Amino acid sequence: MTTETTAPAAAPIGVAREGNWVRRIPWTLIVFLVLATVPWVGSRYDTFLAEQIAIDALFAVSLNLLLGTTGLVSFGHVAYFGVGAYVCGILMKTYEVPFIFAFPAAGLGTALFALVSGYFCVRLIKLYFAMLTLAFSQIVWAVAYKWNDVTGGDQGLPEIPFPDLDWMSAIPGLGDLRTNDQFYLLALAIIAVSLAILHRLVRSPFGRVLTTIRDNPERAAFIGVNVRAYQLAAFVVAGTFAGFAGALYGIFSRGVFADFVFWSKSAEVMIMAILGGMGYFWGPPVGAAVLVWLSQKITAYTEYWPFMLGTILLVLLFALPGGIVGGLAALWNRIQGRRRA
Amino acid sequence: MLEISDLSKSFAGFRAVAEVSLTVDTRQIAAVIGPNGAGKSTLFNLITGHLQPDSGTVRLDGRDITGAPPYRLCGMGIGRSFQRTNIFPNLTVFENLQAAFLVHRGRGRNFWSLAESFYRDETAGLLASIGLAGQEKTIAGTLSYGNQKQLELGLALASDPQILLLDEPTAGMSAGETHDTIRLLQRIAEERALTLLFTEHDMEVVFGIAQKIAVLHQGRLIAEGVPDEVRNDPEVRRVYLGHGLGHGH
Repeated sequence: MTTETTAPAAAPIGVAREGNWVRRIPWTLIVFLVLATVPWVGSRYDTFLAEQIAIDALFAVSLNLLLGTTGLVSFGHVAYFGVGAYVCGILMKTYEVPFIFAFPAAGLGTALFALVSGYFCVRLIKLYFAMLTLAFSQIVWAVAYKWNDVTGGDQGLPEIPFPDLDWMSAIPGLGDLRTNDQFYLLALAIIAVSLAILHRLVRSPFGRVLTTIRDNPERAAFIGVNVRAYQLAAFVVAGTFAGFAGALYGIFSRGVFADFVFWSKSAEVMIMAILGGMGYFWGPPVGAAVLVWLSQKITAYTEYWPFMLGTILLVLLFALPGGIVGGLAALWNRIQGRRRA
Repeated sequence: MLEISDLSKSFAGFRAVAEVSLTVDTRQIAAVIGPNGAGKSTLFNLITGHLQPDSGTVRLDGRDITGAPPYRLCGMGIGRSFQRTNIFPNLTVFENLQAAFLVHRGRGRNFWSLAESFYRDETAGLLASIGLAGQEKTIAGTLSYGNQKQLELGLALASDPQILLLDEPTAGMSAGETHDTIRLLQRIAEERALTLLFTEHDMEVVFGIAQKIAVLHQGRLIAEGVPDEVRNDPEVRRVYLGHGLGHGH
Protein backbone atom coordinates (compact mmCIF):
# COMPACT_ATOMS: atom_id res chain seq x y z
CA MET A 1 0.00 0.00 0.00
CA THR A 2 2.92 2.33 0.53
CA THR A 3 3.23 2.94 -3.19
CA GLU A 4 -0.35 4.17 -3.24
CA THR A 5 0.12 6.97 -0.78
CA THR A 6 1.02 10.44 -1.88
CA ALA A 7 4.60 10.41 -2.99
CA PRO A 8 6.89 13.33 -2.24
CA ALA A 9 7.80 15.16 -5.39
CA ALA A 10 11.20 14.69 -6.88
CA ALA A 11 10.64 17.59 -9.24
CA PRO A 12 7.87 19.91 -8.06
CA ILE A 13 5.37 20.77 -10.73
CA GLY A 14 3.53 24.00 -11.00
CA VAL A 15 5.04 25.61 -7.90
CA ALA A 16 7.20 28.64 -7.36
CA ARG A 17 8.58 29.58 -10.70
CA GLU A 18 10.96 32.47 -10.77
CA GLY A 19 9.32 35.80 -9.98
CA ASN A 20 6.25 34.14 -8.60
CA TRP A 21 5.90 36.17 -5.44
CA VAL A 22 2.70 37.58 -6.94
CA ARG A 23 1.16 34.14 -6.70
CA ARG A 24 1.99 33.78 -3.02
CA ILE A 25 -0.13 36.71 -1.95
CA PRO A 26 -3.47 35.37 -0.67
CA TRP A 27 -5.44 37.34 -3.24
CA THR A 28 -8.75 35.67 -2.60
CA LEU A 29 -8.58 36.34 1.12
CA ILE A 30 -7.77 39.98 0.46
CA VAL A 31 -10.66 40.33 -1.98
CA PHE A 32 -13.10 38.86 0.55
CA LEU A 33 -11.80 41.06 3.36
CA VAL A 34 -12.14 44.13 1.16
CA LEU A 35 -15.67 43.09 0.19
CA ALA A 36 -16.51 42.67 3.88
CA THR A 37 -15.70 46.34 4.51
CA VAL A 38 -18.18 47.58 1.92
CA PRO A 39 -21.03 48.25 4.43
CA TRP A 40 -18.71 50.64 6.30
CA VAL A 41 -16.81 52.30 3.48
CA GLY A 42 -19.46 52.21 0.75
CA SER A 43 -22.99 53.41 0.23
CA ARG A 44 -26.12 51.27 0.52
CA TYR A 45 -26.03 50.99 -3.22
CA ASP A 46 -22.45 49.70 -3.13
CA THR A 47 -23.45 47.01 -0.65
CA PHE A 48 -26.37 46.08 -2.86
CA LEU A 49 -24.06 45.80 -5.86
CA ALA A 50 -21.45 43.79 -3.95
CA GLU A 51 -24.07 41.35 -2.69
CA GLN A 52 -25.53 40.89 -6.16
CA ILE A 53 -22.05 40.22 -7.53
CA ALA A 54 -21.13 37.78 -4.74
CA ILE A 55 -24.29 35.73 -5.23
CA ASP A 56 -23.92 35.72 -9.02
CA ALA A 57 -20.26 34.73 -8.58
CA LEU A 58 -21.25 31.60 -6.65
CA PHE A 59 -23.96 30.83 -9.20
CA ALA A 60 -21.51 31.25 -12.10
CA VAL A 61 -18.80 29.15 -10.42
CA SER A 62 -21.32 26.36 -9.83
CA LEU A 63 -22.22 26.43 -13.52
CA ASN A 64 -18.56 26.40 -14.46
CA LEU A 65 -18.07 23.12 -12.64
CA LEU A 66 -20.18 21.70 -15.49
CA LEU A 67 -19.10 24.02 -18.28
CA GLY A 68 -15.38 24.51 -17.77
CA THR A 69 -14.43 21.48 -15.70
CA THR A 70 -16.62 18.64 -16.92
CA GLY A 71 -17.41 19.94 -20.41
CA LEU A 72 -21.18 19.75 -19.94
CA VAL A 73 -23.10 22.64 -21.50
CA SER A 74 -26.18 23.19 -19.36
CA PHE A 75 -28.79 25.61 -20.68
CA GLY A 76 -30.97 25.14 -17.65
CA HIS A 77 -28.78 25.84 -14.67
CA VAL A 78 -31.20 28.47 -13.39
CA ALA A 79 -33.61 25.65 -12.47
CA TYR A 80 -31.40 24.74 -9.50
CA PHE A 81 -30.94 28.37 -8.51
CA GLY A 82 -34.72 28.67 -8.58
CA VAL A 83 -35.44 25.49 -6.64
CA GLY A 84 -33.04 26.66 -3.93
CA ALA A 85 -34.68 30.08 -3.80
CA TYR A 86 -38.21 28.64 -3.61
CA VAL A 87 -37.42 25.91 -1.06
CA CYS A 88 -35.68 28.37 1.26
CA GLY A 89 -38.27 31.10 0.68
CA ILE A 90 -41.30 28.86 1.18
CA LEU A 91 -39.83 27.30 4.33
CA MET A 92 -38.94 30.67 5.82
CA LYS A 93 -42.07 32.56 4.87
CA THR A 94 -44.88 30.02 4.79
CA TYR A 95 -43.64 27.65 7.48
CA GLU A 96 -41.54 30.10 9.51
CA VAL A 97 -38.61 27.72 9.56
CA PRO A 98 -35.42 29.45 10.81
CA PHE A 99 -32.74 30.17 8.23
CA ILE A 100 -30.29 27.80 9.86
CA PHE A 101 -32.57 24.89 8.86
CA ALA A 102 -34.18 26.37 5.77
CA PHE A 103 -30.84 27.07 4.06
CA PRO A 104 -29.44 23.51 4.29
CA ALA A 105 -32.88 22.22 3.34
CA ALA A 106 -32.71 24.34 0.20
CA GLY A 107 -29.37 22.71 -0.66
CA LEU A 108 -30.75 19.25 0.02
CA GLY A 109 -33.90 19.86 -2.00
CA THR A 110 -31.88 21.16 -4.91
CA ALA A 111 -29.47 18.23 -4.70
CA LEU A 112 -32.37 15.78 -4.89
CA PHE A 113 -33.89 17.58 -7.85
CA ALA A 114 -30.47 17.69 -9.56
CA LEU A 115 -30.03 13.97 -8.91
CA VAL A 116 -33.35 13.09 -10.54
CA SER A 117 -33.12 15.50 -13.50
CA GLY A 118 -29.41 14.85 -13.93
CA TYR A 119 -30.02 11.10 -14.07
CA PHE A 120 -31.86 11.67 -17.33
CA CYS A 121 -29.68 14.49 -18.66
CA VAL A 122 -26.34 12.63 -18.50
CA ARG A 123 -27.84 9.87 -20.60
CA LEU A 124 -27.73 12.31 -23.51
CA ILE A 125 -24.74 14.03 -25.04
CA LYS A 126 -23.85 17.47 -26.28
CA LEU A 127 -26.77 19.41 -27.77
CA TYR A 128 -29.30 16.84 -26.54
CA PHE A 129 -27.96 17.17 -23.02
CA ALA A 130 -28.25 20.96 -23.29
CA MET A 131 -31.83 20.73 -24.59
CA LEU A 132 -32.92 18.42 -21.81
CA THR A 133 -31.47 20.73 -19.13
CA LEU A 134 -33.41 23.55 -20.78
CA ALA A 135 -36.57 21.42 -20.73
CA PHE A 136 -36.20 20.75 -17.00
CA SER A 137 -35.69 24.43 -16.29
CA GLN A 138 -38.81 25.30 -18.25
CA ILE A 139 -40.74 22.75 -16.21
CA VAL A 140 -39.53 24.40 -13.01
CA TRP A 141 -40.52 27.78 -14.41
CA ALA A 142 -43.99 26.52 -15.35
CA VAL A 143 -44.51 25.04 -11.89
CA ALA A 144 -43.33 28.27 -10.25
CA TYR A 145 -45.59 30.31 -12.48
CA LYS A 146 -48.74 28.21 -12.13
CA TRP A 147 -48.71 26.57 -8.71
CA ASN A 148 -50.35 29.50 -6.95
CA ASP A 149 -50.93 27.85 -3.57
CA VAL A 150 -47.27 27.08 -2.98
CA THR A 151 -45.16 29.40 -5.09
CA GLY A 152 -47.51 32.35 -5.26
CA GLY A 153 -47.73 31.94 -9.05
CA ASP A 154 -47.16 35.09 -11.06
CA GLN A 155 -47.38 37.14 -7.86
CA GLY A 156 -44.43 35.30 -6.43
CA LEU A 157 -43.53 35.13 -2.77
CA PRO A 158 -42.86 38.66 -1.56
CA GLU A 159 -41.56 39.62 1.85
CA ILE A 160 -39.34 36.70 2.65
CA PRO A 161 -38.11 37.46 6.17
CA PHE A 162 -34.47 38.08 6.99
CA PRO A 163 -32.85 35.38 9.09
CA ASP A 164 -32.66 36.05 12.81
CA LEU A 165 -29.41 38.03 13.04
CA ASP A 166 -29.52 39.07 16.69
CA TRP A 167 -26.46 36.92 17.39
CA MET A 168 -24.55 39.06 14.93
CA SER A 169 -25.56 42.25 16.73
CA ALA A 170 -23.88 40.83 19.81
CA ILE A 171 -20.52 40.84 18.01
CA PRO A 172 -18.68 44.08 18.79
CA GLY A 173 -18.63 46.41 15.81
CA LEU A 174 -21.48 44.71 13.95
CA GLY A 175 -24.29 45.83 16.26
CA ASP A 176 -24.76 49.19 14.56
CA LEU A 177 -25.23 47.74 11.09
CA ARG A 178 -28.61 47.64 9.40
CA THR A 179 -30.14 44.16 8.99
CA ASN A 180 -29.47 44.36 5.24
CA ASP A 181 -25.79 44.86 5.90
CA GLN A 182 -25.65 42.13 8.49
CA PHE A 183 -27.25 39.74 6.03
CA TYR A 184 -24.72 40.86 3.43
CA LEU A 185 -21.90 39.82 5.75
CA LEU A 186 -23.58 36.48 6.45
CA ALA A 187 -24.14 35.85 2.74
CA LEU A 188 -20.56 36.84 1.97
CA ALA A 189 -19.24 34.38 4.56
CA ILE A 190 -21.42 31.57 3.20
CA ILE A 191 -20.34 32.34 -0.36
CA ALA A 192 -16.67 32.44 0.66
CA VAL A 193 -16.93 29.01 2.28
CA SER A 194 -18.86 27.63 -0.72
CA LEU A 195 -16.25 28.94 -3.17
CA ALA A 196 -13.45 27.52 -1.02
CA ILE A 197 -15.14 24.10 -1.11
CA LEU A 198 -15.63 24.26 -4.89
CA HIS A 199 -12.05 25.41 -5.38
CA ARG A 200 -10.79 22.47 -3.39
CA LEU A 201 -13.08 20.11 -5.30
CA VAL A 202 -11.84 21.26 -8.69
CA ARG A 203 -8.23 20.65 -7.69
CA SER A 204 -8.93 17.24 -6.10
CA PRO A 205 -8.50 13.85 -7.79
CA PHE A 206 -12.26 13.96 -8.42
CA GLY A 207 -11.82 17.29 -10.20
CA ARG A 208 -8.95 15.88 -12.25
CA VAL A 209 -11.16 13.02 -13.40
CA LEU A 210 -13.83 15.53 -14.43
CA THR A 211 -11.29 17.30 -16.66
CA THR A 212 -10.51 14.03 -18.43
CA ILE A 213 -14.22 13.72 -19.25
CA ARG A 214 -14.23 17.27 -20.59
CA ASP A 215 -11.20 16.59 -22.77
CA ASN A 216 -12.14 13.18 -24.12
CA PRO A 217 -15.04 11.16 -22.70
CA GLU A 218 -14.29 8.13 -24.87
CA ARG A 219 -10.74 7.88 -23.63
CA ALA A 220 -11.85 8.65 -20.06
CA ALA A 221 -14.02 5.54 -20.16
CA PHE A 222 -10.97 3.59 -21.20
CA ILE A 223 -8.83 4.65 -18.31
CA GLY A 224 -11.65 3.23 -16.19
CA VAL A 225 -13.90 6.24 -15.61
CA ASN A 226 -17.62 5.56 -15.27
CA VAL A 227 -18.35 8.70 -17.27
CA ARG A 228 -22.07 9.00 -16.53
CA ALA A 229 -21.62 8.48 -12.81
CA TYR A 230 -19.00 11.22 -12.62
CA GLN A 231 -21.08 13.55 -14.78
CA LEU A 232 -24.06 12.98 -12.52
CA ALA A 233 -21.96 13.65 -9.41
CA ALA A 234 -20.72 16.93 -10.93
CA PHE A 235 -24.28 17.79 -11.91
CA VAL A 236 -25.55 17.29 -8.36
CA VAL A 237 -22.72 19.31 -6.81
CA ALA A 238 -23.18 22.13 -9.32
CA GLY A 239 -26.95 22.11 -8.75
CA THR A 240 -26.58 22.16 -4.98
CA PHE A 241 -24.34 25.21 -4.96
CA ALA A 242 -26.61 26.95 -7.46
CA GLY A 243 -29.40 26.19 -4.97
CA PHE A 244 -27.42 27.83 -2.18
CA ALA A 245 -26.89 30.89 -4.37
CA GLY A 246 -30.63 30.97 -5.12
CA ALA A 247 -31.58 30.66 -1.45
CA LEU A 248 -29.40 33.67 -0.61
CA TYR A 249 -30.77 35.57 -3.58
CA GLY A 250 -34.38 35.11 -2.46
CA ILE A 251 -33.63 36.70 0.89
CA PHE A 252 -31.44 39.38 -0.68
CA SER A 253 -34.25 40.34 -3.10
CA ARG A 254 -36.81 40.17 -0.31
CA GLY A 255 -38.91 37.81 -2.37
CA VAL A 256 -38.88 34.89 -4.81
CA PHE A 257 -40.53 35.35 -8.19
CA ALA A 258 -41.11 33.17 -11.25
CA ASP A 259 -38.83 35.52 -13.20
CA PHE A 260 -35.90 34.07 -11.25
CA VAL A 261 -36.24 30.80 -13.11
CA PHE A 262 -36.87 32.14 -16.58
CA TRP A 263 -34.53 30.52 -19.12
CA SER A 264 -32.81 33.76 -20.07
CA LYS A 265 -31.20 33.72 -16.60
CA SER A 266 -29.40 30.53 -17.60
CA ALA A 267 -27.98 32.38 -20.59
CA GLU A 268 -26.96 35.29 -18.38
CA VAL A 269 -24.98 33.14 -15.97
CA MET A 270 -23.39 31.34 -18.90
CA ILE A 271 -22.32 34.69 -20.32
CA MET A 272 -20.74 35.53 -16.95
CA ALA A 273 -18.73 32.32 -17.05
CA ILE A 274 -17.59 32.81 -20.64
CA LEU A 275 -16.91 36.52 -20.18
CA GLY A 276 -14.70 35.92 -17.15
CA GLY A 277 -13.07 32.82 -18.61
CA MET A 278 -14.32 29.28 -18.08
CA GLY A 279 -10.82 27.88 -18.13
CA TYR A 280 -10.10 29.54 -14.78
CA PHE A 281 -11.69 29.04 -11.39
CA TRP A 282 -11.83 32.80 -10.77
CA GLY A 283 -13.01 33.56 -14.30
CA PRO A 284 -16.76 33.31 -13.63
CA PRO A 285 -16.65 35.57 -10.52
CA VAL A 286 -14.77 38.19 -12.55
CA GLY A 287 -17.37 37.79 -15.30
CA ALA A 288 -20.16 38.21 -12.72
CA ALA A 289 -18.57 41.38 -11.33
CA VAL A 290 -18.04 42.91 -14.75
CA LEU A 291 -21.49 42.02 -16.02
CA VAL A 292 -23.39 43.20 -12.94
CA TRP A 293 -21.41 46.42 -12.81
CA LEU A 294 -21.82 47.06 -16.52
CA SER A 295 -25.54 46.35 -16.50
CA GLN A 296 -26.00 48.85 -13.67
CA LYS A 297 -23.87 51.51 -15.36
CA ILE A 298 -25.26 51.04 -18.81
CA THR A 299 -28.92 50.85 -17.86
CA ALA A 300 -28.45 54.22 -16.18
CA TYR A 301 -27.63 55.75 -19.57
CA THR A 302 -29.53 53.70 -22.10
CA GLU A 303 -32.39 51.28 -22.31
CA TYR A 304 -30.54 49.25 -24.90
CA TRP A 305 -28.78 47.02 -22.36
CA PRO A 306 -29.39 43.77 -24.28
CA PHE A 307 -27.91 45.41 -27.37
CA MET A 308 -24.84 46.54 -25.43
CA LEU A 309 -24.53 43.12 -23.83
CA GLY A 310 -24.56 41.47 -27.23
CA THR A 311 -21.91 43.84 -28.54
CA ILE A 312 -19.64 43.34 -25.54
CA LEU A 313 -19.96 39.60 -25.85
CA LEU A 314 -19.20 39.68 -29.55
CA VAL A 315 -16.06 41.75 -29.05
CA LEU A 316 -14.88 39.56 -26.19
CA LEU A 317 -15.42 36.29 -28.00
CA PHE A 318 -13.16 37.44 -30.81
CA ALA A 319 -10.65 39.56 -28.91
CA LEU A 320 -10.36 37.46 -25.74
CA PRO A 321 -11.29 33.83 -26.43
CA GLY A 322 -10.07 32.85 -22.94
CA GLY A 323 -12.30 35.47 -21.31
CA ILE A 324 -11.07 38.37 -19.20
CA VAL A 325 -9.00 36.22 -16.86
CA GLY A 326 -7.59 34.30 -19.82
CA GLY A 327 -6.55 37.58 -21.44
CA LEU A 328 -4.94 38.82 -18.22
CA ALA A 329 -3.10 35.53 -17.76
CA ALA A 330 -1.75 35.73 -21.31
CA LEU A 331 -0.65 39.32 -20.72
CA TRP A 332 1.01 38.37 -17.45
CA ASN A 333 2.89 35.50 -19.08
CA ARG A 334 4.11 37.83 -21.79
CA ILE A 335 5.42 40.33 -19.23
CA GLN A 336 7.12 37.53 -17.32
CA GLY A 337 8.62 36.18 -20.52
CA ARG A 338 9.98 39.58 -21.47
CA ARG A 339 11.48 40.11 -18.04
CA ARG A 340 13.24 36.76 -18.22
CA ALA A 341 14.55 37.38 -21.71
CA MET B 1 -6.51 -15.79 -21.86
CA LEU B 2 -8.77 -14.02 -24.36
CA GLU B 3 -11.36 -16.26 -25.92
CA ILE B 4 -13.65 -14.99 -28.64
CA SER B 5 -16.32 -17.38 -29.85
CA ASP B 6 -18.80 -17.02 -32.70
CA LEU B 7 -18.86 -13.24 -32.50
CA SER B 8 -21.20 -11.59 -35.02
CA LYS B 9 -22.30 -8.03 -35.68
CA SER B 10 -24.44 -6.59 -38.47
CA PHE B 11 -25.14 -2.99 -39.37
CA ALA B 12 -28.41 -2.57 -41.27
CA GLY B 13 -28.10 -6.01 -42.82
CA PHE B 14 -24.39 -5.71 -43.58
CA ARG B 15 -22.42 -8.37 -41.72
CA ALA B 16 -19.40 -6.51 -40.46
CA VAL B 17 -18.21 -9.39 -38.31
CA ALA B 18 -19.50 -12.92 -38.89
CA GLU B 19 -18.99 -15.85 -36.53
CA VAL B 20 -15.44 -14.98 -35.62
CA SER B 21 -13.71 -17.26 -33.13
CA LEU B 22 -10.22 -16.54 -31.92
CA THR B 23 -8.13 -17.28 -28.86
CA VAL B 24 -5.08 -15.41 -27.66
CA ASP B 25 -2.87 -17.14 -25.11
CA THR B 26 -1.23 -15.47 -22.15
CA ARG B 27 1.88 -13.49 -23.17
CA GLN B 28 1.22 -14.15 -26.83
CA ILE B 29 1.64 -11.40 -29.41
CA ALA B 30 -1.22 -11.76 -31.83
CA ALA B 31 -2.22 -9.72 -34.85
CA VAL B 32 -5.49 -9.37 -36.73
CA ILE B 33 -4.97 -8.41 -40.36
CA GLY B 34 -7.19 -8.01 -43.38
CA PRO B 35 -7.94 -5.59 -46.20
CA ASN B 36 -9.73 -2.31 -45.47
CA GLY B 37 -13.31 -2.92 -44.41
CA ALA B 38 -12.57 -6.50 -43.36
CA GLY B 39 -14.06 -5.80 -39.92
CA LYS B 40 -10.91 -5.37 -37.84
CA SER B 41 -12.04 -2.21 -36.07
CA THR B 42 -15.53 -3.60 -35.53
CA LEU B 43 -14.04 -6.72 -33.99
CA PHE B 44 -11.97 -4.53 -31.66
CA ASN B 45 -14.96 -2.44 -30.72
CA LEU B 46 -16.93 -5.60 -29.94
CA ILE B 47 -14.18 -6.89 -27.67
CA THR B 48 -13.83 -3.58 -25.86
CA GLY B 49 -17.50 -2.97 -25.25
CA HIS B 50 -17.95 0.00 -27.58
CA LEU B 51 -20.38 -2.13 -29.60
CA GLN B 52 -22.77 -4.83 -28.46
CA PRO B 53 -22.46 -8.07 -30.48
CA ASP B 54 -25.55 -9.62 -32.07
CA SER B 55 -24.34 -13.00 -30.92
CA GLY B 56 -21.27 -14.72 -29.56
CA THR B 57 -19.19 -14.27 -26.45
CA VAL B 58 -15.92 -12.76 -25.32
CA ARG B 59 -14.17 -14.32 -22.35
CA LEU B 60 -11.20 -13.09 -20.38
CA ASP B 61 -9.59 -15.83 -18.29
CA GLY B 62 -12.81 -17.80 -18.54
CA ARG B 63 -14.95 -14.89 -17.38
CA ASP B 64 -17.71 -13.70 -19.70
CA ILE B 65 -17.07 -10.05 -20.51
CA THR B 66 -19.32 -9.76 -23.57
CA GLY B 67 -20.66 -6.24 -23.93
CA ALA B 68 -19.28 -5.01 -20.60
CA PRO B 69 -18.82 -1.22 -20.66
CA PRO B 70 -15.29 0.10 -21.31
CA TYR B 71 -14.72 1.40 -17.79
CA ARG B 72 -15.36 -2.08 -16.36
CA LEU B 73 -13.11 -3.79 -18.90
CA CYS B 74 -10.37 -1.40 -17.99
CA GLY B 75 -10.62 -2.50 -14.37
CA MET B 76 -10.47 -6.16 -15.44
CA GLY B 77 -7.11 -5.73 -17.08
CA ILE B 78 -7.83 -4.82 -20.69
CA GLY B 79 -5.90 -1.82 -21.97
CA ARG B 80 -6.59 -0.26 -25.31
CA SER B 81 -5.11 2.22 -27.72
CA PHE B 82 -7.03 3.74 -30.57
CA GLN B 83 -6.42 4.12 -34.28
CA ARG B 84 -6.87 7.87 -34.07
CA THR B 85 -4.72 9.17 -31.26
CA ASN B 86 -6.77 9.41 -28.13
CA ILE B 87 -5.33 11.40 -25.26
CA PHE B 88 -6.46 14.33 -23.08
CA PRO B 89 -5.16 17.18 -25.25
CA ASN B 90 -5.68 20.10 -22.86
CA LEU B 91 -4.10 18.43 -19.84
CA THR B 92 -0.36 18.22 -19.28
CA VAL B 93 1.46 14.97 -19.94
CA PHE B 94 1.75 14.52 -16.18
CA GLU B 95 -1.97 15.08 -15.65
CA ASN B 96 -2.83 12.61 -18.41
CA LEU B 97 -1.01 9.71 -16.81
CA GLN B 98 -1.79 10.78 -13.26
CA ALA B 99 -5.51 10.75 -14.01
CA ALA B 100 -5.20 7.19 -15.25
CA PHE B 101 -3.40 6.18 -12.05
CA LEU B 102 -5.98 7.97 -9.90
CA VAL B 103 -8.88 6.21 -11.54
CA HIS B 104 -7.27 2.80 -11.66
CA ARG B 105 -6.33 2.91 -8.00
CA GLY B 106 -9.75 4.03 -6.86
CA ARG B 107 -8.83 7.60 -5.89
CA GLY B 108 -11.26 9.25 -8.30
CA ARG B 109 -13.87 9.73 -5.59
CA ASN B 110 -11.48 11.65 -3.39
CA PHE B 111 -12.82 15.19 -3.67
CA TRP B 112 -10.85 16.79 -0.88
CA SER B 113 -7.11 16.12 -1.26
CA LEU B 114 -4.98 18.07 -3.69
CA ALA B 115 -4.59 16.06 -6.88
CA GLU B 116 -1.12 17.48 -7.58
CA SER B 117 0.69 15.33 -5.04
CA PHE B 118 -0.61 11.92 -6.10
CA TYR B 119 1.48 9.32 -7.96
CA ARG B 120 4.34 11.58 -8.98
CA ASP B 121 6.92 8.80 -8.79
CA GLU B 122 4.74 6.32 -10.63
CA THR B 123 4.05 8.87 -13.35
CA ALA B 124 7.72 9.78 -13.71
CA GLY B 125 8.61 6.08 -13.89
CA LEU B 126 6.01 5.36 -16.53
CA LEU B 127 7.06 8.40 -18.56
CA ALA B 128 10.63 7.13 -18.56
CA SER B 129 9.57 3.67 -19.68
CA ILE B 130 7.54 5.00 -22.63
CA GLY B 131 10.32 7.38 -23.64
CA LEU B 132 8.74 10.67 -22.54
CA ALA B 133 10.90 11.43 -19.51
CA GLY B 134 11.04 15.12 -18.62
CA GLN B 135 7.93 16.01 -20.61
CA GLU B 136 5.66 16.27 -17.52
CA LYS B 137 4.68 19.89 -18.00
CA THR B 138 4.06 19.78 -21.74
CA ILE B 139 0.43 20.21 -22.78
CA ALA B 140 -0.38 16.83 -24.29
CA GLY B 141 -2.03 18.26 -27.40
CA THR B 142 1.18 20.05 -28.39
CA LEU B 143 3.31 16.88 -28.45
CA SER B 144 4.46 15.51 -31.79
CA TYR B 145 2.30 12.81 -33.31
CA GLY B 146 4.72 10.05 -32.39
CA ASN B 147 4.97 11.31 -28.80
CA GLN B 148 1.18 11.44 -28.52
CA LYS B 149 1.07 7.80 -29.54
CA GLN B 150 3.61 7.03 -26.83
CA LEU B 151 1.52 8.92 -24.29
CA GLU B 152 -1.54 6.99 -25.35
CA LEU B 153 0.34 3.78 -24.72
CA GLY B 154 1.23 5.18 -21.30
CA LEU B 155 -2.45 5.84 -20.57
CA ALA B 156 -3.23 2.22 -21.32
CA LEU B 157 -0.31 0.98 -19.20
CA ALA B 158 -1.22 3.09 -16.16
CA SER B 159 -4.21 0.82 -15.59
CA ASP B 160 -1.80 -2.09 -15.23
CA PRO B 161 -3.40 -4.23 -17.93
CA GLN B 162 -2.79 -7.90 -18.58
CA ILE B 163 -3.72 -7.63 -22.21
CA LEU B 164 -3.27 -4.67 -24.55
CA LEU B 165 -5.45 -4.15 -27.59
CA LEU B 166 -3.78 -1.86 -30.08
CA ASP B 167 -5.67 -0.58 -33.09
CA GLU B 168 -3.07 0.19 -35.77
CA PRO B 169 -0.32 1.28 -33.37
CA THR B 170 1.91 2.57 -36.19
CA ALA B 171 -0.77 4.23 -38.35
CA GLY B 172 0.49 7.47 -39.86
CA MET B 173 4.07 6.98 -38.69
CA SER B 174 7.27 7.32 -40.67
CA ALA B 175 9.44 4.25 -41.14
CA GLY B 176 11.72 5.38 -38.33
CA GLU B 177 8.85 6.05 -35.92
CA THR B 178 7.29 2.70 -36.80
CA HIS B 179 10.52 0.94 -36.03
CA ASP B 180 10.86 2.72 -32.67
CA THR B 181 7.25 2.04 -31.74
CA ILE B 182 7.56 -1.65 -32.43
CA ARG B 183 10.74 -1.90 -30.40
CA LEU B 184 9.01 -0.05 -27.55
CA LEU B 185 5.98 -2.33 -27.69
CA GLN B 186 8.12 -5.45 -27.69
CA ARG B 187 10.17 -4.22 -24.76
CA ILE B 188 7.12 -3.26 -22.71
CA ALA B 189 5.31 -6.49 -23.47
CA GLU B 190 8.42 -8.33 -22.31
CA GLU B 191 8.91 -6.26 -19.14
CA ARG B 192 5.31 -6.39 -18.04
CA ALA B 193 4.52 -9.91 -19.21
CA LEU B 194 1.73 -8.54 -21.38
CA THR B 195 -0.47 -10.22 -23.90
CA LEU B 196 -0.84 -8.16 -27.09
CA LEU B 197 -3.56 -8.20 -29.69
CA PHE B 198 -3.18 -5.66 -32.46
CA THR B 199 -4.39 -4.77 -35.91
CA GLU B 200 -1.94 -3.44 -38.41
CA HIS B 201 -1.76 -2.70 -42.10
CA ASP B 202 2.04 -2.77 -42.26
CA MET B 203 2.80 -6.39 -43.13
CA GLU B 204 6.45 -6.04 -42.27
CA VAL B 205 5.49 -5.10 -38.73
CA VAL B 206 2.97 -7.90 -38.46
CA PHE B 207 5.26 -10.65 -39.69
CA GLY B 208 8.14 -9.15 -37.75
CA ILE B 209 6.66 -9.42 -34.27
CA ALA B 210 3.43 -11.45 -34.26
CA GLN B 211 3.55 -14.99 -32.95
CA LYS B 212 0.04 -15.61 -34.19
CA ILE B 213 -1.85 -14.02 -37.05
CA ALA B 214 -5.56 -14.07 -37.78
CA VAL B 215 -6.81 -12.95 -41.18
CA LEU B 216 -10.22 -11.34 -41.58
CA HIS B 217 -11.89 -10.97 -44.94
CA GLN B 218 -15.40 -9.56 -45.36
CA GLY B 219 -16.12 -10.07 -41.69
CA ARG B 220 -15.02 -13.72 -41.64
CA LEU B 221 -11.93 -15.34 -40.26
CA ILE B 222 -10.30 -17.02 -43.24
CA ALA B 223 -7.04 -18.10 -41.66
CA GLU B 224 -5.36 -18.30 -38.29
CA GLY B 225 -1.98 -19.59 -37.22
CA VAL B 226 1.73 -18.94 -36.91
CA PRO B 227 3.16 -16.47 -39.47
CA ASP B 228 4.51 -19.13 -41.84
CA GLU B 229 1.18 -20.98 -42.02
CA VAL B 230 -0.67 -17.78 -42.75
CA ARG B 231 1.88 -16.63 -45.31
CA ASN B 232 1.45 -19.85 -47.28
CA ASP B 233 -2.31 -20.17 -46.95
CA PRO B 234 -3.82 -20.22 -50.46
CA GLU B 235 -6.95 -18.32 -49.49
CA VAL B 236 -4.92 -15.59 -47.78
CA ARG B 237 -2.70 -15.35 -50.83
CA ARG B 238 -5.78 -14.96 -53.01
CA VAL B 239 -7.19 -12.13 -50.83
CA TYR B 240 -3.85 -10.37 -50.61
CA LEU B 241 -2.87 -11.11 -54.23
CA GLY B 242 -0.20 -8.71 -55.29
CA HIS B 243 0.36 -7.31 -51.84
CA GLY B 244 3.46 -9.43 -51.21
CA LEU B 245 2.63 -10.88 -47.83
CA GLY B 246 5.71 -10.17 -45.76
CA HIS B 247 8.12 -11.30 -48.46
CA GLY B 248 11.40 -9.72 -49.24
CA HIS B 249 12.70 -8.79 -45.85
